[in-house]
Amino acid sequence: MGYRSLAEIASYGQEKGLSFWEIIVMGDMRERDVTMQESMEKMRAMYEAMKKADAGYEGKLRSSSRLVGGDGEKVQKYFSKGNSLCGEFIGKAIERAIKMGESNACMKRIVAAPTAGSCGVLPAVLLTMEEMFSLSQEQMLQALYVAAGIGEVIAYRAFIAGAQGGCQAEIGSASAMAAGAAAYLKGAEHEGIIHAAALALKNLLGLACDPVAGLVEVPCVKRNVLGAVNALTSADLVLAGIRSAIPPDEVIDAMRAIGLSMSSAIRETGEGGLAATPTGVEIAKRLK
Amino acid sequence: MGLFDIIGPVMVGPSSSHTAGAARIGYICNKMMDERIAEARILFYGSFLATGKGHGTDKALVAGLLGMKPDDERIPYSMEIAREQEMQVIFGAVELMEAHPNTVKLLLTGRSGRKLEVVAASTGGGRIQICQIDGLDANFCGDYPTLIVHNLDQPGSVMEVTAMLAKEQINIATMQLYRSSRGGNAVMVLECDQEISKEFLEWIKQQKGILKVTYLSLKED
Repeated sequence: MGYRSLAEIASYGQEKGLSFWEIIVMGDMRERDVTMQESMEKMRAMYEAMKKADAGYEGKLRSSSRLVGGDGEKVQKYFSKGNSLCGEFIGKAIERAIKMGESNACMKRIVAAPTAGSCGVLPAVLLTMEEMFSLSQEQMLQALYVAAGIGEVIAYRAFIAGAQGGCQAEIGSASAMAAGAAAYLKGAEHEGIIHAAALALKNLLGLACDPVAGLVEVPCVKRNVLGAVNALTSADLVLAGIRSAIPPDEVIDAMRAIGLSMSSAIRETGEGGLAATPTGVEIAKRLK
Repeated sequence: MGLFDIIGPVMVGPSSSHTAGAARIGYICNKMMDERIAEARILFYGSFLATGKGHGTDKALVAGLLGMKPDDERIPYSMEIAREQEMQVIFGAVELMEAHPNTVKLLLTGRSGRKLEVVAASTGGGRIQICQIDGLDANFCGDYPTLIVHNLDQPGSVMEVTAMLAKEQINIATMQLYRSSRGGNAVMVLECDQEISKEFLEWIKQQKGILKVTYLSLKED
């Protein structure tokens, strides 16, 4: 059984003098009866798969509905001119997030993290940080464990499926995971890590899962950008010394409560929100 | 939920439930058939029926039935591969009582004429549940080597099978019993910690009152 609260992980780590990622890797060793090396190898395979998926983007691909594809190339071209609002670092994260989301919609191989619809958030943040800060492979794997630990707690206390909790459960969870990982990579300790996750999740509470025609395309692909950028700003807030006024576990519980009170029309049924707009309905009809 | 359900699985998009889960259902059925499939009737229910096409649920299921795993990059081309391998695929819809929204019913015929009927659900994150085998309830997720024995509902059948498993040093992780009616057809579903040998499967088939033995091996081909 994994950990049931972020506070529990943080206090256990402080008490035993263990790093956040060490606690999570030890949990996996216990759970699956594997050695640390075996666990790390599996995580390394996940990271390699993320990198491969990032490098394998094909701008010419279009999704089955033809609603999605080619935007990654546009973003790349635009940011390469060096005249953007967000600058190089955020630009690279945006580019990766949108490319991964598009690859997923076009039936390419990706790593669900925590879901396929939100698969662009973590790689956008982690791959970009590795590149821009020259971080070691070791650090990147540790950051993935941090992300996974946060995700496990969210899955335990609330949910990570849009059908259960709306988009806050998918992009929200991915963003919280990425925020914690980013904060860790920049030196945050346990408390900073979990507050980065809390700040990221708070920003996305209530986000509806309202995909047009029920497909993981509109608005899912572009929401990966939101998740990635929100993770980076949340991590920066924490590194500046800011904390969430609401404790991290309570934020997760709030996400659960909100998800439970959401109408099913905005929980991945393709019936409400953007899917129910005249254009959304028109697109769905065309695809029938 | 395990750590690698959060980071992972590695899969072909776009949806863990509608694509990866569908491929896994197909893959598990392929393993249970244990022979090349000649004909597959694929009947969708609920959300699989409503949004399956746009998610590639059809392609993913067929890919799985051909033996591909959820991360196989050939999934988008599975229909062509099925044609090449002379697997006939027929799609349809099905009405089911109280089923999970992402459910499919599969009617499979192997090259040898062997038949298998499966109702399975994709329960999220790429995980699946086999809900029925050949018309009787079952409830397993394909994470363990699984033995499914259909037998006449009479005293001693369960003991016979489990005693033999013990003798073979095979530990039972979970066990379920269902039956159609008292004294009618029954099924036992045993998830095991070790693989079961072909000889042992043959032995069970020979026993009195055993109607059919289906086995899910997790050994890679």
